[in-house]
Amino acid sequence: MTGMGRELTRKTATELAAAIAAGDVSAVEVTQAHLDQIAATDDRVRAFLHVATNEALAQARAVDEKRARGESLGALAGVPVAVKDLFATAGVPTTCGSKILQGWVPPYESTVTARLRAADAVVLGKTNMDEFAMGSSTENSGYGPSHNPWDLAKVPGGSSGGSAAAVAAFEAPLSLGTDTGGSIRQPAAVCGIVGTKPTYGGSSRYGVVAFASSLDTPGPLGRNVLDTALLHQVISGHDPMDATSIDAPVPPVVEAARHGDVSGMTIGVVTELAGDGYQPGVMSRFAEAVEVLQGLGAKVVEVSCPHFKYGLPAYYLIAPSEVSSNLARFDGMRYGLRAGTGSAEEVMATTRAAGFGAEAKRRIMLGTYALSSGYYDAYYGKAQQVRTLIIRDFEAAFSQVDVLVSPATPTTAFDIGERADDPMAMYLADLCTIPSNLAGNAALSVPVGLAPENGLPVGLQVMAPPLADDRLYRVAAAVEAAFDSRRGHPLLAEAKGLGA
Amino acid sequence: MITRDDIAHLARLSRLALSDEELDHLAPQLDQIISSVAQVQEVAAEGIPATSHATGLTNVFRDDEPRPCLTPSEALSGAPAVELQRFKVPRILVEEG
Amino acid sequence: MAVTYEEALTRYEPVFGLETHVELGTRTKMFCGCITTFGGEPNSQVCPVCLGLPGSLPVVNRTAIEYTIKIGLALNCTIASWCRFARKNYFYPDMPKNFQISQYDEPLCSEGYLDVAVSGEIVRVSIERVHLEEDTGKSLHVGGATGRIQGAEYSLVDYNRAGIPLVEIVTKPVPGTGSMAPDVARAYVTELRDVLRSLGVSDVRMEEGSMRCDVNTSLSVRGSGVWGTRTETKNVNSLRSVERAVRSEIPRQAEVLDAGGRVVQETRHFHEESGETTSGRSKEEAQDYRYFPEPDLVPVAPAADWVESIRASLPELPSARRSRLLAAWSLSELEFESLRNAGALDVVEATVAAGASSADARKWWMGELARRANEAGVEVSYLAITPAEVARVSALVSAGTLNDRLAREVLDGVLAGEGTPDEVVEKRGLAVVSDDSALLSAIDEAIAANPDVAEKVRSGKVQAAGVIVGAVMKATRGKADAARVRELVLERLA
Repeated sequence: MTGMGRELTRKTATELAAAIAAGDVSAVEVTQAHLDQIAATDDRVRAFLHVATNEALAQARAVDEKRARGESLGALAGVPVAVKDLFATAGVPTTCGSKILQGWVPPYESTVTARLRAADAVVLGKTNMDEFAMGSSTENSGYGPSHNPWDLAKVPGGSSGGSAAAVAAFEAPLSLGTDTGGSIRQPAAVCGIVGTKPTYGGSSRYGVVAFASSLDTPGPLGRNVLDTALLHQVISGHDPMDATSIDAPVPPVVEAARHGDVSGMTIGVVTELAGDGYQPGVMSRFAEAVEVLQGLGAKVVEVSCPHFKYGLPAYYLIAPSEVSSNLARFDGMRYGLRAGTGSAEEVMATTRAAGFGAEAKRRIMLGTYALSSGYYDAYYGKAQQVRTLIIRDFEAAFSQVDVLVSPATPTTAFDIGERADDPMAMYLADLCTIPSNLAGNAALSVPVGLAPENGLPVGLQVMAPPLADDRLYRVAAAVEAAFDSRRGHPLLAEAKGLGA
Repeated sequence: MITRDDIAHLARLSRLALSDEELDHLAPQLDQIISSVAQVQEVAAEGIPATSHATGLTNVFRDDEPRPCLTPSEALSGAPAVELQRFKVPRILVEEG
Repeated sequence: MAVTYEEALTRYEPVFGLETHVELGTRTKMFCGCITTFGGEPNSQVCPVCLGLPGSLPVVNRTAIEYTIKIGLALNCTIASWCRFARKNYFYPDMPKNFQISQYDEPLCSEGYLDVAVSGEIVRVSIERVHLEEDTGKSLHVGGATGRIQGAEYSLVDYNRAGIPLVEIVTKPVPGTGSMAPDVARAYVTELRDVLRSLGVSDVRMEEGSMRCDVNTSLSVRGSGVWGTRTETKNVNSLRSVERAVRSEIPRQAEVLDAGGRVVQETRHFHEESGETTSGRSKEEAQDYRYFPEPDLVPVAPAADWVESIRASLPELPSARRSRLLAAWSLSELEFESLRNAGALDVVEATVAAGASSADARKWWMGELARRANEAGVEVSYLAITPAEVARVSALVSAGTLNDRLAREVLDGVLAGEGTPDEVVEKRGLAVVSDDSALLSAIDEAIAANPDVAEKVRSGKVQAAGVIVGAVMKATRGKADAARVRELVLERLA
């Protein structure tokens, strides 16, 4: 790979978009540089399940031709984006990280990726993920885990682990993920990048293979706050094909990202998101971030959200219940894997046993149990009540503060294999992120440094009321600027995993 | 406490042909998870309504207007088996509907 | 020992209920924009949504909601102010998602009733609920002897029908009808069909499957007050089958109970050829569908003014029409029922509106035209003649331009496409000869040809004049007014 190519992969999405629009560099050069980076590093990072080389170069060429004709270019023209393999991409294989969809090529396109294309972005390929978005490490992928660019022996988080790793490894400046219980924020935090879960309903779920329908939210990942806001803007907005999508203007996230300023804001630290199970280095970096916010002029107060501790059990009832139903369609009759012989009933059962991994099976059975007559009220019904209480906790909190903050996840990246067969330990990674999914509000993770004990990234989670996504970027931009200036360089420059 | 037989029943309900080893392995894990999520029952929720949809939206409709659909070949493109332009599926044992 | 129907009724009280599924006549499916036309090439009317492809999402068809509210109002139901869709989870190859989006404990309409007339009495059938769901795909079972599932080697599935809006109308159990149970069941389905047709929400053709009935039957020991176990009978594809299904289930269950056995709660299959039901799937272990609110759809809360505007748009319902016509036409219940059963109400009413008396309109439609309709194997309304044309023929008869025989020829001509009644009269020269002078010449010829008969008449045997009249009618090829001819003959031979 050329030095110029390497330089291109270090640029921000904003810089690349500007350079391509100005004609300083061609979209093809930019795409090729990133394809080269993938070729050089992905054998170790394993972020991608499918690299769409020909399609990407064709898209890049089309951008260059458009520019040459003097036509106006989309906001992300020529910018390479990696897409989580949960999004249906027409003509491009989509596996959702599962063997049961090995070889499936969707005949239609998701709304969010269609908006990417309409913005003239270049889709580099599909990234690895925990099977059907269930997991916090990508170890539940049917195709092997991805590796954290900071330390290849560690997980990149999940379920959008591939998307986070791709960005952290400079294979793409931007990526798309989905967040159901923390699946964008947690990988972003443990990979040292920015990741946002938009307000639920703020970005369309049409074409996003469903895990937990009432919680799933497509969202952006990037190496810095402004880039992430740019992608957030492009993918968001009402979609008539999604009945749960909100018909309201996209909050001014790019504007907010350009004007990070917390003076006069009141910021609440959630009391319950701390304590046992939280790594000391995570807590110390978090405390530091809170001090920085104070120094920047924010008023910081403690806020109690007493029902947050029931968030994890409620989530692990609601999500499996919805997924047990959402995954029923994978039965070998119409698409995907078909295994076994005998009757339709037998083939369905054999196919599903062969195609789904252990976590998927656990959650399907858990969900089936929670919805069974006789158990519904005590489990699923109760969980939905807890959901109401968590929403009320947030409403009460937001009546006092503009945003809430907490660590994004209790620990830094753990070892590959460490929690793989201990589901309960794995679930703890979502402690901080789950409440926002249950309530549907907006939240993001922004890197605030490295944990002293192991030099691994720590993320600060910022939470805002529904449709106040711009507040997230305002706070995150201020934090990022403060830390970058302290450090003198972007955090990722310190990532040693790939021998940077 | 959820037994291995309960798990086997759930597996049948969800059309998962699990092996004995899998059942042995998954049963205690599921038992542990179920005991843990049962925590939600601790919450005093008298008179608290359940939330099934967080956005508060209602009445989202579409007009009764035709939209383009898939061609038969697109519709059948992923099918493991096709005959007479239909999805060919193995013999169905239990009559439904 | 087989129990007869009558015997069964001496010991048991039948209770029945009906679940009717109706395909709505919307242009597009319940949750997507695919068209709903019947008979398309397999899998040519499908999209990611109705195929349940991974990532697809449903969006509710507003017209389907409107039609369902219309049905609920016509059935005197309460319309929910807020309700949700729910997932009914089970695995079956004709259901692409392996769950059906339906409604569970929050139906759009509930607690209504439909009054049905049976042999002059009114029976009120209570309606439990009316809710909306999506239809499934259709399977062809290949390899077995009968084309049914049993013994098939494999099945071929077409999803064109998957996602078509389906309304499910469920009655409460109907007790107290005694030996009339089968008739009341049939009358209910007939009346329901007519209501739905008048609303214009479905073409309700049982033969085509746009209306399907499941009949539930149970027996209660007379005087015990305890209701028995019910069976559900499916594959009931016509009004007659509804009646026959109940009629055969009553003695069958009685026989089981008489022998000290238990009626098995099960699904039974109705056989057209034998009129009997056979055992299908056991419902002993009720399926747990694990219903939960559909997370991909938000609640439906029909605004009160929307519901009222739908109510204001309801057409005259069959029961109101019945009362009106019974009075206006002085009909008996039975006369009305035979008109209704012949499918002649609309055309008769239109004929009256075009100027005919109700008696004449009924005479023509239920007489000549019904005969021709039967010959052609269609309902009267399908004949190639309009109510206005029938009214014209009737008017021509009243005016004396046509007699009944000529009128029948005119009808022939119109049905054959020769033109309007007046055009047919003209072309075929069918007008009654009303000019006396023309008649007189024919009369004189006939008298001359029958001298002895003429003599008899002159001598007072008036009845003999019939021969002369007959001869004149023959000579004029029936175009004379027979009564007038007779008058003139008698004058002539006075």
